[in-house]
Amino acid sequence: MIIGNIRDGIVIDHIPAGRGMDLYSYLKLGKLDCEVALIKNAESGKRGKKDIIKIGAPIDLDFTILGFVDPQITVNIIENGKRAKKFHPALPETIMHLIKCKNPRCITSCEQELPHVFRLTDREHGVYRCMYCETKAEK
Amino acid sequence: MKTRGLIDIAELTTAEIDAMMEVAQDIVDNPAKYSEKCKGKKLATLFYEASTRTRLSFEAAMLDLGGSVIGFSDAQSSSVSKGESVADTARTIECFADIAAMRHPKEGAPLVAQMHVNIPIINAGDGGHNHPTQTLTDLFTIRREIGHLDNLVIGCCGDLKFGRTVHSLVTAMSRYPGVRFVFISPEELRIPEHVRSEVLDANNIPYVETTSLDDVMGELDILYMTRVQRERFFNEADYLRLRDSYILTPEKLKAAKEDMRVLHPLPRVNEISVAVDDDPRAAYFRQVKNGKFIRMALILKLLAENA
Repeated sequence: MIIGNIRDGIVIDHIPAGRGMDLYSYLKLGKLDCEVALIKNAESGKRGKKDIIKIGAPIDLDFTILGFVDPQITVNIIENGKRAKKFHPALPETIMHLIKCKNPRCITSCEQELPHVFRLTDREHGVYRCMYCETKAEK
Repeated sequence: MKTRGLIDIAELTTAEIDAMMEVAQDIVDNPAKYSEKCKGKKLATLFYEASTRTRLSFEAAMLDLGGSVIGFSDAQSSSVSKGESVADTARTIECFADIAAMRHPKEGAPLVAQMHVNIPIINAGDGGHNHPTQTLTDLFTIRREIGHLDNLVIGCCGDLKFGRTVHSLVTAMSRYPGVRFVFISPEELRIPEHVRSEVLDANNIPYVETTSLDDVMGELDILYMTRVQRERFFNEADYLRLRDSYILTPEKLKAAKEDMRVLHPLPRVNEISVAVDDDPRAAYFRQVKNGKFIRMALILKLLAENA
């Protein structure tokens, strides 16, 4: 499969295989007008398989969620056909509105207008817990 | 300034807990000194689900401080039955009361209330999550009964998986040096992994797990009993097989130290035989009384801090 290089845009690489579609959804890439490619199960030297997302425009994206999914994900900013910047997303202290608490006993389950907020409680293991009920966020 | 209530026991430093216990002990010794400390102040008890002990304990605490009490004791008798949000109920109560104690079946509800008001909110139990004043009660009881909170072997027996009081007690007691835990439960109701990894292992607190109360009875300084509930088991046969292993009887107590103390958050069903009640080591009804004194100390602290 050949997906061409992009001139100006973003490549999100080393996404754990099978999680690309989740990130596509979290980052709301379906709402973009530019070219977006989601490559599933690409060969990876380190992991065997990985997912990749290529976005064909230099847009502003909130990468907060990437660190939550996997801090090993790499973000490459492409300018004039060359990689201008490469970084691993940091583990955010707080994640708001991006993931929902699945605990049926949590107050957010019955009060729909409350923001879903998760806080980093264990940096070493990347554990996030719901601000209200402390239920561990599912990745 | 952000209003400070009490949502989670972890919000209190060890020094603050110790200071509150000093005040609670002074209240025990000199009740008249405190009988008008909250004159003109109102406590709202917002109980979205039934609770005899905790609600009456809060109400008695405020009355003994010379204050008064308003509130509701079940959701049906409040605007909640009309669909009012926790935030709106809290904002309304703020117009009438100086401090509020909230029990709610949904986890995190007292935090939501505190985020929207400028009076202190005390979490009086939110689902299976937190119940900080029960933990304060447990700590104060251990201190009164044993004289100190450090260098103790604490046995927790029964339903350790769903029992929030045990999780909070373990978290709170882990702050004191020389504390060791013995967890006694059926395999199905073991202390959860997150308590072991994030509290015990993270703080290098020694602990052992066992299924036999008899095997460890003689080691314990404190035996914290909880109820093994029928509904937690997958089948009746397992429940019947395990139930009796975790019932405390005078025979089982024979192996215990003379100065060991039995605590229970209550209500009890059948996990402690009534024949144990007359044993001086049975501290659970004294524990209820201690709950009022430590809640008095907490109300005083929060009202003073937010004055």
